[in-house]
Amino acid sequence: MKTTLPAILVITLLTRFAQATPEKFDFKDPKGVNNAAFKLDAPLEAVNGSASGISGMVTFDPENPGATSGKIVVDSRSLMVPNPMQKQHMQNREWLDVAGHPEITFETKEFKNVKTDGDVTKADVTGTFTLKGVSKEITVPVTLTYLKDKLGERVPNMHGDLLVIRASFKIKRSDFNIMPGQYEDKVSDEIDISLSIAGAARK
Amino acid sequence: MNASRMKTNLRRTSAILLIAAIAFWIYAGANPGWTRTAVPVKTLDKVTGIEGVSWQKQFVPGVDFLMVAAVGAGLLFGVSCFFRDRKPETEPEPKHDSTNP
Repeated sequence: MKTTLPAILVITLLTRFAQATPEKFDFKDPKGVNNAAFKLDAPLEAVNGSASGISGMVTFDPENPGATSGKIVVDSRSLMVPNPMQKQHMQNREWLDVAGHPEITFETKEFKNVKTDGDVTKADVTGTFTLKGVSKEITVPVTLTYLKDKLGERVPNMHGDLLVIRASFKIKRSDFNIMPGQYEDKVSDEIDISLSIAGAARK
Repeated sequence: MNASRMKTNLRRTSAILLIAAIAFWIYAGANPGWTRTAVPVKTLDKVTGIEGVSWQKQFVPGVDFLMVAAVGAGLLFGVSCFFRDRKPETEPEPKHDSTNP
């Protein structure tokens, strides 16, 4: 009895300490579900596509979601549109130059207006968005959903937590030196981006 | 093959090409945009609620497909115009000398 009580106390303290430790979530999805969808709605043409090559690491503390930080990387070669000629144009040097700039990234700097309700956190995230080698600071409304011990349900024989990130925002291609002011009747300047990704923290 | 038959065959082929292209375009969903060679297939991840997108190879003809078919049909019709119908050969009428009774 003399040794059991302190042992329980130590275990309880360790558990609390373990819970308070921020977790690192890996966004390279083994199921290939993570995706970033994009839409360009010009007067003459609409282009809808998606990117699947997503990776990155995010550090998230369920006790302090406002301290979340990390970087999400999209492989620009994984950008896909239904028309083969459009895809070829999109990837070439004049447009996205995927050979010269194979990564599109977003790195967090600051979380503002953080509101947490249970496992769901909403915040405005300011960070650096880099596209075609041009970096620009943008603020994106983000929803984070923490799914404790749900990794096993998604990937058998694995234990850990999941973090789902959802974000929808707009950028202008002219801000990133992508054919500024050209073909705007067919390829709109404004690009709607919608991100739905899940990261895993293994235990 | 005589010219008349060639002309008919070319025009017939032209019409069949155009009708077949329109029928295939309608059958494939009458896509008003450009031709697609891949279509997005959505899958729902039940645990995270994320709707994933995977691309499946599929040919969906668009308006450019119709334009190519119309140009092809037009060319065939145009070529057919070079084949002229020959007038049936008739024997020359005997000359009548009005001065001779």
